Amino acid sequence: MDTLANLGGGFATALTPLNLLWALIGCFLGTAIGVLPGIGPALTIALLLPVTYQISATGAFILFCGTFYGAMYGGSTTSILINTPGESGSIITALEGNKMARSGRAGPALATSAIGSFIAGTIGTLGISFFGPVVVELALKLGPAEYFSLMVFCFVTVSAVLGSSALRGLTSLFFGIFLGMIGIDLQTGQPRFTFGLPELLDGVNVVLVAVALFAVAETLHLALRWRPGQEEILPVSGKLWLSREDWRRSFWPWLRGAGLGFPFGVMPAGGTEMPTMLSYYAERKLSKKPEEFGTVGAIEGVAGPEAANNAAAAGVLVPMLTLGLPTSATAAIMLSAFQSYGIQPGPLLFTEQAELVWGLIASLYIANVMLLVLNLPLIGLWVRILKVPTPLLYAGILVFATIGTYGISNSVVDLVLLYVIGFIGMLMKRFDFPVAPVVIGMILGPMAEQAMRQALTISQGDWSTFVTRPVSAAILALALIALAGPRLYGAVARAR
Amino acid sequence: MSRRADTADTVVALAVTVFGGVVIWRGSAIPPSPLYAAVGPKLVPYVAGAALVVLGVLLLVEALRGGWSSELEEVRDAPPVNLRSFGLLVAGLFANLALIDTLGFVFAGTVQFTLVAMALNAKSPLRAALIGLVVTFGAFLFFDKALGVNIGAGIFEGIL
Repeated sequence: MDTLANLGGGFATALTPLNLLWALIGCFLGTAIGVLPGIGPALTIALLLPVTYQISATGAFILFCGTFYGAMYGGSTTSILINTPGESGSIITALEGNKMARSGRAGPALATSAIGSFIAGTIGTLGISFFGPVVVELALKLGPAEYFSLMVFCFVTVSAVLGSSALRGLTSLFFGIFLGMIGIDLQTGQPRFTFGLPELLDGVNVVLVAVALFAVAETLHLALRWRPGQEEILPVSGKLWLSREDWRRSFWPWLRGAGLGFPFGVMPAGGTEMPTMLSYYAERKLSKKPEEFGTVGAIEGVAGPEAANNAAAAGVLVPMLTLGLPTSATAAIMLSAFQSYGIQPGPLLFTEQAELVWGLIASLYIANVMLLVLNLPLIGLWVRILKVPTPLLYAGILVFATIGTYGISNSVVDLVLLYVIGFIGMLMKRFDFPVAPVVIGMILGPMAEQAMRQALTISQGDWSTFVTRPVSAAILALALIALAGPRLYGAVARAR
Repeated sequence: MSRRADTADTVVALAVTVFGGVVIWRGSAIPPSPLYAAVGPKLVPYVAGAALVVLGVLLLVEALRGGWSSELEEVRDAPPVNLRSFGLLVAGLFANLALIDTLGFVFAGTVQFTLVAMALNAKSPLRAALIGLVVTFGAFLFFDKALGVNIGAGIFEGIL
């Protein structure tokens, strides 16, 4: 098997002492930052980007992936102990997990989420290893026209299908596409939307936008309606392990959750909300003790969604590594890191950067083991991080936001942009506009424009190329169905 | 639908529409490409601007029919606006902007840290200032000395 040989090579890369160290640092930092309420994996990686200026691309991505997985683990701890999910995927975990903690079963809740994350993360990583090369095979047959259509499909799913409103999702997306266009147009050399500022010729950095939307906006939003007071952190009660019954009740939910989560992550329909929700409802239906759901907290309701969350997060890496398509804010930031290393993401990544890709995949297996070992015994440390007072926490986040932006360019213009976009982000939060499509549109917009131009150059300016090539037409049709389908269905259902 | 228009949502919808118009207007100012290209640099800006105008108008319709945000739980149950906290936070951001080029990262960062901590009612501003100094100084040492990333030199940094 080719995959096994490649994976072997990957482990040879990942198991060097230096790369192991990066994985360990990534897992540690990821968990530590992921534990902090309100900070998800996207912001964690954005804040870590300046750290990587000095290290090799392979080391940096091993660090990122460790951080990515670590932030997922850390986020569930926060959900269970203080009921403030750090990112959308852990909302469901907070539902039952916090109930369990309230009824004195925080220990088993943390244990089932850590072990479930490990199992689902490993299944997801196996999926990447064996499914990724298959996708690459297919992707190599796609031309620019198909790529463009695929990106349009991504646009539709990340903005219009997920989230509460297609209108507001699409508005966010086009705002992101606008931000992505700022700077010199790479194909014709013309400056766009620079408003006479030379600082904008190089474009707006995606890290700046992510930090603005996730950190500055969050802090402004918090301060605007600040009510002093302490959040209640529940103690880690109960044994930090699973009883025989807990094992029995967790085992199938883990596997079902992972089975639900991974395909959702792989599809450009991305997102972790849907699989975690589906898993939650499935477990509530299948549970022998449905009366525990929503009352004392059911362990199945933690095990299933948490596994789904982690498997979906692993699945998101498949389109990112094989097609170069980001379907979550985190993936968009990792993709921009590829670009800053001068690495062209896309199907050729697996052959041209084989050492990096397989080293990264191997390090995901290692990170999972590390995280399992780090998480349960060190739970006391993570709880202590949770106790950092909120004022100091947000003050510190803003200091690191400055490092992440001013540190890149040494330009006050960038800081002004950071705060302006942060202010817009605060308004977006108030008016229920999702922020992830901004980051995705910013990365994917220019890529789609480039693919469109290449396709039109090949077709000598003939626009019908997008609908006469069968694969491209099929993908566009799917995008149209995804956009209009739910509304048509709603209209038909109402008419009856 | 007989509900009244939602003022806040109407303003947001109008802002999106106007913003789309600005994108089209600034898009038309992009110099034409000297090279032959099937698609010039203006097309996507026009498409994005037009899309924002259309979305803005659709949002406006929604806002005039009663809006969307006033029904949200977070908005309905939100505590009152805290101008003291918000003002101190914004002051912290401006202090950082004003000081970082002249006095450097450590000084500007400490001032910002203290103001943000005060905005969120830190127990002791003096303690926050000391912690801020330790955090920014530590970060400076780590990034500037260990990693060689220049994060803004100033008076404190010059002494080292």
